Amino acid sequence: MILVSFEVNGTAVRVEVEPQDTLLDVLRQSLGLLGSKEGCAEGECGACTVLLDGLPVTACLVLAAKVEGCSVTTIEGVASMWKGEEGALHPVQEAFIDVGAVQCGYCIPGMIVSAVSLLERDPSPDEKTLRQALAGNFCRCTGYNKIFEAVRRAANRMGGDL
Amino acid sequence: MLRLPPFRYLSPRSLEEAVSMLADHGPEAMLVAGGTDVYPKMRRRQFEPKVLVGLARVGSLREVRGTPTEGVSIGAGVTLTQLTRQAEIVTGYSGVVEGAEVISTPQLRNMGTIGGNLLVDTRCTYYDQTYQWRKSIDFCMKKEGSTCWVAPGSPRCLAVTSTDLAPVMMSLGARLRFVGPEGERVLDAADLYREDGIHYHTRQPGEILAEILLPSAEGWSSTYRKLRRREAFDFPLLGVAVGLRTGAGGEIEDVRIAIGGVGSAPQLIEEATEILCGKQPSEELIEKVASMAFRSSKALDNTDLIPIYRKKMAPVFVRRALRGLLGLSP
Ligand SMILES: Cc1cc2nc3c(=O)[nH]c(=O)nc-3n(C[C@H](O)[C@H](O)[C@H](O)COP(=O)(O)OP(=O)(O)OC[C@H]3O[C@@H](n4cnc5c(N)ncnc54)[C@H](O)[C@@H]3O)c2cc1C
Ligand code: SF4
Repeated sequence: MILVSFEVNGTAVRVEVEPQDTLLDVLRQSLGLLGSKEGCAEGECGACTVLLDGLPVTACLVLAAKVEGCSVTTIEGVASMWKGEEGALHPVQEAFIDVGAVQCGYCIPGMIVSAVSLLERDPSPDEKTLRQALAGNFCRCTGYNKIFEAVRRAANRMGGDL
Repeated sequence: MLRLPPFRYLSPRSLEEAVSMLADHGPEAMLVAGGTDVYPKMRRRQFEPKVLVGLARVGSLREVRGTPTEGVSIGAGVTLTQLTRQAEIVTGYSGVVEGAEVISTPQLRNMGTIGGNLLVDTRCTYYDQTYQWRKSIDFCMKKEGSTCWVAPGSPRCLAVTSTDLAPVMMSLGARLRFVGPEGERVLDAADLYREDGIHYHTRQPGEILAEILLPSAEGWSSTYRKLRRREAFDFPLLGVAVGLRTGAGGEIEDVRIAIGGVGSAPQLIEEATEILCGKQPSEELIEKVASMAFRSSKALDNTDLIPIYRKKMAPVFVRRALRGLLGLSP
């Protein structure tokens, strides 16, 4: 067993892990954060995307033991990244609801984390940048058009608020 | 769901410590950098190391030094994302940026490293499968079995080189510095690879790739073109890298063309250099060189898309890459 201390969504946590436990295992099983989903477990589908020290990564390929001292943001934490009203959702989350970008929903947490990361870096991405930023997130209901529309809408909204 | 099997994880803080840990554990140990090739393969039991020596905390592996004028050295642990944003590389070595930005996905580029990419495993339809899948048709020669399912008469494994940056490094004339228990050695990028799907590289057991040394970019331009089924992300089914230096009068002073994804090793098309050097570029010369890429490409039916299509695309991509660098219409 290895004791690992890191920060999840702004809160310090300490968990015991085995060398082979992934960050995704720990988030879901030890910390009860069930938003990040396990899809392929091989880095292809992006359903487990979280921010590790601000960068999107697939949590299924990150060893838990390696996040010592790091800061992790999951879908449960993206709302508080935005300086909105208490309890309000992130504009990207709002836009996904408004546009109806969600079908079965399994890919959406990863999709939103990737989109939030893009808009933090580039508040008004062109179409190519937008598509490339979401290239590592599969939606098997194939609702991509609505998803892109939601991200564009969020970009507008966030730009307007600045 | 496929789980990672148990292993010991060692986290050296320096290159020397990493070398000695690797030596202490011999064949049971494996290096891991970003883990984007290693962990999926451990889940599928293609790799079964008992000990992992993780390079993430070796700070020296993440350094980039030098300038495009004098040459740039890139630590093997630099991530693919960093490669695409690093000023020294963006200004001097377009081929590296074009190669790195089409590898895997945004998430995986934040984890995957240049060193891991240059040593990434070869691929094959019969090998990149789960343990149960491979067992059900009986294991092939690359892991546990004795027959090659692509060509049952073949004495060697024909798995395909799938690193996007290997041809780029060859086209730039990059050199690689390895550190091992016996000291260090520097070799040309081209000499790292072997035409053998199992023993696909010449890295000695115990050696660690420390840095990639790019020569001066003065006068050079470079590019990388990749064929894949999906533009979102996919392994290369063909990759063409070109490094070109032209003189004041527009003549080609030096050129290197390397192709990947169509054989077990990436390869330099050496005749192309002989044909083009010292000449003014012309349609005729470009076509001559493009046709060589067709002959050099040994596409087989063990990855995506039909082999003859990939083979026919080799000259198309060489032509496009050369014309692009020469400023000619595609
Ligand atoms: C979904 C998916 C898509 C992918 N797409 C592509 C693609 O399009 N193109 C492509 O080229 N690759 C692709 N890859 C493979 C891989 O992600 C990249 O090649 C990546 O750059 C590997 O780097 P890494 O640091 O993660 O390597 P690791 O997985 O850590 O290591 C890979 C190999 O290199 C060895 N190694 C690592 N560092 C060193 C070192 N310093 N010295 C000696 N040996 C070392 C390891 O022992 C291992 O054998 C893909 C992978 C996945 C899962
Ligand atoms: S080329 Fe042959 S031996 Fe090599 S991985 Fe494929 S089936 Fe196996």
